[in-house]
Amino acid sequence: MAYAVAPWSLDAGQAVLELLPTDERIILPALQAVQHGFGYVPKEAVALIANSLNVSVADVHGVLTYYHELRTTAPAPITVAICVAEACQATGARELVAHVGANLAPVGGRSDDGQVDVVEVFCLGNCALGPAALINERLVGRLTPKSLESALADTRAAL
Amino acid sequence: MTTTIYVPIDSAATSVGANAVAKAIVAEATKRNLEIKLVRNGSRGLLWLEPLVEVETVEGRVGYGPVTAADVAALFDSDFLTGAANAYSVGLVDEIPWLADQQRVTFARVGVIDPLDIKDYEAHGGLAGLRTAIALDQSAIVEEVLASGLRGRGGAGFPAGIKWRTVMETSADQKYVCCNADEGDSGTFADRMLMEGDPFTLIEGMTIAGIAGGATKGLIYIRSEYPDAIATMNAALLNAREYGMLGTDVLGSGKTFDISVRVGAGSYVCGEETAMLESLEGKRGMVRAKPPIPALQGLFGKPTIVNNVLTLASVPMIMAQGAAAYQALGSDRSRGTQVFQLAGNIARGGIVERAFGISLQELVQTYGGGTRSGRPVRSVQVGGPLGAYFPADGLEVAMDYEALLAAGGMLGHGGVVVFDDSVDMAQQARFAMEFCAKESCGKCTPCRVGSVRGVEVIDKVINNIDRTENLELLNDLCDLMTDGSLCAMGGLTPMPVLSALRQFPEDFQK
Repeated sequence: MAYAVAPWSLDAGQAVLELLPTDERIILPALQAVQHGFGYVPKEAVALIANSLNVSVADVHGVLTYYHELRTTAPAPITVAICVAEACQATGARELVAHVGANLAPVGGRSDDGQVDVVEVFCLGNCALGPAALINERLVGRLTPKSLESALADTRAAL
Repeated sequence: MTTTIYVPIDSAATSVGANAVAKAIVAEATKRNLEIKLVRNGSRGLLWLEPLVEVETVEGRVGYGPVTAADVAALFDSDFLTGAANAYSVGLVDEIPWLADQQRVTFARVGVIDPLDIKDYEAHGGLAGLRTAIALDQSAIVEEVLASGLRGRGGAGFPAGIKWRTVMETSADQKYVCCNADEGDSGTFADRMLMEGDPFTLIEGMTIAGIAGGATKGLIYIRSEYPDAIATMNAALLNAREYGMLGTDVLGSGKTFDISVRVGAGSYVCGEETAMLESLEGKRGMVRAKPPIPALQGLFGKPTIVNNVLTLASVPMIMAQGAAAYQALGSDRSRGTQVFQLAGNIARGGIVERAFGISLQELVQTYGGGTRSGRPVRSVQVGGPLGAYFPADGLEVAMDYEALLAAGGMLGHGGVVVFDDSVDMAQQARFAMEFCAKESCGKCTPCRVGSVRGVEVIDKVINNIDRTENLELLNDLCDLMTDGSLCAMGGLTPMPVLSALRQFPEDFQK
């Protein structure tokens, strides 16, 4: 998910890790803290975390590549995560994904203007008001291609 | 006179404009020089009416919905502050038959109270269960939970009291209570709504579990797809600490218990209890073999009570009102209530909390009102992405753990997803395998590889390539996945596939 992020540097990364509470000085919370701070997990952060937590680079890499949400490249300012699970399929999620694919970017892609990443997600817990999506951290429901476009336009305007 | 107005802050309500409605109400009241008190409550669970605005009157809370920000001026014009009827009116919310017929136990306060106001919580019966528990010794609490018949609401249905007793009887320098709030099943949202609408109930339930089991530390594992639930739980934990509900002297009892929130990172299988424990330890969410069971060797190898949000959130009511009252509800070996979640293509979706034993037909037709699209119901999936598909003429099944099992399905986390007659059931079967391929943790070969082969075989069947042989292969593969996987991900993926194949064979031959 995208939000205001700081530019990466080893010092800045070190500062983020030092803020972790004692019981969160473990791999996943460390990676999440880096991603929260910088928008993604830069390559240099892997060794930094390994060193800081006294674990192997392979262990950190293993966790980094396991979780769908952890990313190794910078995200676009806006991420739209469209729910493609069963309850939203029943109300037109497949058609919504097709529309977005034809007009903005396919799942896993970025819009031509570089402003929006489109990703798929399995369930946002809005299953009675589908189709649903998460635009950055804002949940939207009862989506139609038109209402999704207008919600995205609002988010763009607020950038 | 100040009028109290409720506008839900639940993310389902805000997903369809509740924040804009709340803002418009405040602006309009200021403009008209009217005194109002705006409360951002949880959702009542009548999700088709969201955003549902409620006004406090002498007769009770009068509802208006669905309301958009553009409707707010008209609401004021029609005198809604006195509870007057108008085009948006749904009458006294507590008297809407859909809600009045329910047996709200776990969800008794959700939508009623201000989620973060601990005084409001206490005024509505909160903390009574914890106070009762504090006065009892550990084994008496465990006995009460055992006597209630409470079983795990996450899907496995294991008796909660037995887990608690095992942890209580195991000595260790540190024990944990881990709440599974990784509600990944499509069609389920009760954990989210409880955390957003009545977070203190979960905190109270976990604290009782901690006292009973002898654990001093609790962790709530919330999926990252729930940013609002994470924020509400964190805010509620701060309030609970400040109030003395958590800390080194829980409500003056001298007992220690505290809770932290941990956030997932987009992995469905982390909803499986051992994968969740691995993830809580900061590792890849790989499923562990059992034994050892988590009650003996759980988080960091320590005895751990692992329960779902709804299981833990049912405990305060059980302690406050006694096990007998809870045990009196339900059918056969499924005691108490289940929070059913009506979802998908459904006219009246939302939360229906009823005693076990209600029929699927009643949930889908009487409560749900059929499909939202107005087309005939064709198929209903019960229990999430690993649950069975039922045909429209097969909905006379009782919703309890054993009856659903006997009908070839499972209750899971209580989600009910309705599809109309435009659904292609071969595509739904294919999706079940595709989902498993994407979300498998990779530990067991039948799940990791079998799901990929499953997609290919279903494609061949759909495209009429060596149909008979490939159907036989698909059945074989499903047997292997069922028998050869450690957890429900690989073990139950065949359930939606085979039920679709059995109930809707015509969709597989085009």
